[in-house]
Amino acid sequence: MKKLLGGFLALAMGLAIAGASAEDKLKVGFIYVGPVGDHGWTYQHDQGRLALEQALGDKVTTTFIESVSEGPDAERAIERLARDGHGLIFTTSFGFMESTLKVAERFPEVKFEHATGYKQAPNVATYSARFYEGRYVIGQIAARTSKTGIAGYIASFPIPEVVSGINAFMLGAQSVNPEFKLKVVWVNSWYDPGKEADAAKVLIGQGADIITQHTDSSAPLQIAEAQGAHGFGQASDMIKFAPKAQLTSILDNWADYYVERTKAVLDGTWASGDVWGGMAAGMVRMATYTNLPEDVAKAAAETEARIKSGELLVFAGPIKKQDGSVAVEAGKSLPDPDILGMNWYVAGVDDTLPQ
Amino acid sequence: MRLVLERRTESSPRMLLLSPLLAIGLTLASGAVIFSSLGLDPLLALAVYFVEPLSSLWSIEELIVKAAPLVLIGAGLAVCYLANVWNIGAEGQFTAGAIAGSIIPVMFHGWQSPAVLPAMLLLGAAGGMAYGAIPAFLKNRFGANEILTSLMLVYVAQLGLDWLVRGPWRDPAGFNFPQSVAFEGWQALPTWGGGRVHLGALLALVAVAVLAVVLSRTLRGFEIRVLGRAPRAGGFAGFGRERAVRFCFLVSGGLAGLAGICEVAGPSGQLQPTISPGYGFTAIIVAFLGRLNPVGVLLAGLLLGVSYLGGEAAQATLGVSDKIVRVFQGILLVSILACDTLIVYRIRIVARIGRT
Repeated sequence: MKKLLGGFLALAMGLAIAGASAEDKLKVGFIYVGPVGDHGWTYQHDQGRLALEQALGDKVTTTFIESVSEGPDAERAIERLARDGHGLIFTTSFGFMESTLKVAERFPEVKFEHATGYKQAPNVATYSARFYEGRYVIGQIAARTSKTGIAGYIASFPIPEVVSGINAFMLGAQSVNPEFKLKVVWVNSWYDPGKEADAAKVLIGQGADIITQHTDSSAPLQIAEAQGAHGFGQASDMIKFAPKAQLTSILDNWADYYVERTKAVLDGTWASGDVWGGMAAGMVRMATYTNLPEDVAKAAAETEARIKSGELLVFAGPIKKQDGSVAVEAGKSLPDPDILGMNWYVAGVDDTLPQ
Repeated sequence: MRLVLERRTESSPRMLLLSPLLAIGLTLASGAVIFSSLGLDPLLALAVYFVEPLSSLWSIEELIVKAAPLVLIGAGLAVCYLANVWNIGAEGQFTAGAIAGSIIPVMFHGWQSPAVLPAMLLLGAAGGMAYGAIPAFLKNRFGANEILTSLMLVYVAQLGLDWLVRGPWRDPAGFNFPQSVAFEGWQALPTWGGGRVHLGALLALVAVAVLAVVLSRTLRGFEIRVLGRAPRAGGFAGFGRERAVRFCFLVSGGLAGLAGICEVAGPSGQLQPTISPGYGFTAIIVAFLGRLNPVGVLLAGLLLGVSYLGGEAAQATLGVSDKIVRVFQGILLVSILACDTLIVYRIRIVARIGRT
C-alpha cells in the first residue's frame, strides 16, 4: 500500500512540475454555472475568455470549469483553481458569492472577480452589466410590433436583477402603448430548455405574440419560430436558432472587461471595486435589428443611442408601483442601490411578484 | 431467435467478490478509449482523473467532504434495498432534514449555547424521518407504490425549501436574494484540520459501523434480509412486512435528514434554494456500487467522490468537458450492474419461442 501511495505521489509531483514548467504566464481561471454550450449566459462569458486569449495570449493562459453547481461544490472548484496557481479568477454566477469570498480569504494574493454579486473584499471585485437598459429597448420594440398587445416573459428567479429587467421591459412598452400587457411565467431555473419551451407555449397560448426571456437557453425563441411568434435573444445572438423570429438580442459583452482587468493584474494596478456598466460602457449591446419594419428598427436604434448618451434614464420618474403608490417622483430617477434591490413591479405587469 | 437470461446453476463466490473490481477495470478501460479518442494521452488523463484527487491533503479533505453525505445517505438506502423497499426519495428527506434542522439558526438566530448543535442534528434527523414516514405510511395503509410517492415528495420538499428561502426565511439584510442568514457559532458544524472536514464525516463512519453490526449480527438485520430475499418465508417466520417498511424508511430518512442538516450547517453555512447537487440520487448508485453492504457503501462513496473531484481536475488540467464525469459515472454503474448480472445469470440464445 505504501509503495502504491508513493507511486501516486511521485506521479502527482511529476504532474505538478510539468504544470509549473510550462511557462510563466498569468493563469486566469473561470468558473461557470452552466455549460459553455448554453448559447446564452455562460456561452457569452466563454466568448469573453476566448477574446482574452486572443488579446493577451502571449501573456496569459486560461482555464475554465463549467456546470459548477452553486453551493459547497463551487468553493472546491474555485479553490482548485486558486491552488493551481491562478492569479486571477472570474466566478460568473450570483450563487458563487459566498464561496468566492471564503476562498479569497484563504488566498489573499489571488485576485477574484465575482459577477452580479454585491459583496467585495480587498481581493474580490464585483462586476455586472445594466441588462435592464437593453430590456427597455426590446420593450419598445414589443409594443410597436405586437398585434395582440400582449407579451410573454419567461423569468428565472425573483431576484432584483430579474425584477428590474421585467420593469424596464414594461416601462419601455408603456412608453409606446400605455395599455400594453405583460404576462410572466417563473421557471425557477437559469437553464432548463424543456421548462423554458413549455413556458413559451403557455404564454403563446394565452395570447402573447412576443416572447422574451430572462433564462439562458434558446428554446423559447425556437418555440416562437415554430409557432409564428417573435422574440428576443438572451445574452448572446441567437439568430441562427430563430432566423425568422428573433427581432434583436441583448448582448452581454464581457470581453473588454476581462481584457482590461487582466491587464490591470499584469501591470500590478488591479484594485477591488464594483463595476456596473451599461450601453455607454459597451457591456450591453443590441444585436442587429431583424425581421422588423424599417421605422421600428430606426426608433429602436434611436432609443439605444439615447440610453447610451445618458439622455434617457430607464428608471426616470414618474413611475407607479403595481399597488398604485409612487415609486419614483417626476423629475427624479431611481438611484442605483434601489435598482439593485428592486422587489416591486411597475403598474401594468400582469403577475404578482413571488415573495 | 431471442435472448433469455438464465440463472446459472452455481455462481462462483470468488467472482461475486471480484465483480466490483472487474467493473472498475472495465470503466478504466472504457475511459482510456474515450480519452484517446479525444486526442489525450489516456494514461495521463486517467492519472489526473483518479490519482490527482488523492495527491494532496487538501483534495483528500475535499474528497471526505464530498463523500460524507453520499455515505450517510447510501448506508441508509442499502438497508432499504436489502429489504426490497424502494426509497427513491432520499433527496427529499435530505432537504426535509436540512429545513427542520435550520429552524433553530433561522428562527432563533440569537440562541447560542452548546446545546444548539445537538438540537439541530436531532431536528435534522427527525425531519428526515418524518418525511420518510409519509411514503411508508402510504405504502402500508393504501399499498401505494413507494417508488412513486417517495420520488414525488422530493419535488415537494425542494419547492418547500425554495418557498422558505425566498419568503419567510429570507435573510432580511440580503438584498432580497434567496438565501437565509448565515449560521454562526454553535450553529455551524465543527471542522477538523485546515479544511472543511466536518462532523458529518464522523457521523457517516458511525452510521456505517452501526448498520454493519445491525445487518449482520442482529435479529432485525436478519429479518430485513429474509424479507428482501424471500418475503413468504419471512411471513412464515412471523416477520412483519409493514414493520420492515416503516423501519427502513425511518432509518434511511433519518440518515438522509442528518446528511442534509450537516451539509447546510457545514460546507454551505446557510440555506439556499438548492442545497444539494443530487446527493440523494447519487447515493442510490453508491448503495448498489457498495453491494448494499454498509462497508461497501463507504468505499463506493469515496470512489464516487474521486470521480467528481477527478472530473474537475480533468476540466482544469486537461480542458475536457464536465460531461465526461457523467459519462464515467454512467459507465461505472452499467459495468457494475452488468458484471453482477452476468455472474449470477447467463445469456442463452433460444432458437424457437419455447414455453417459459
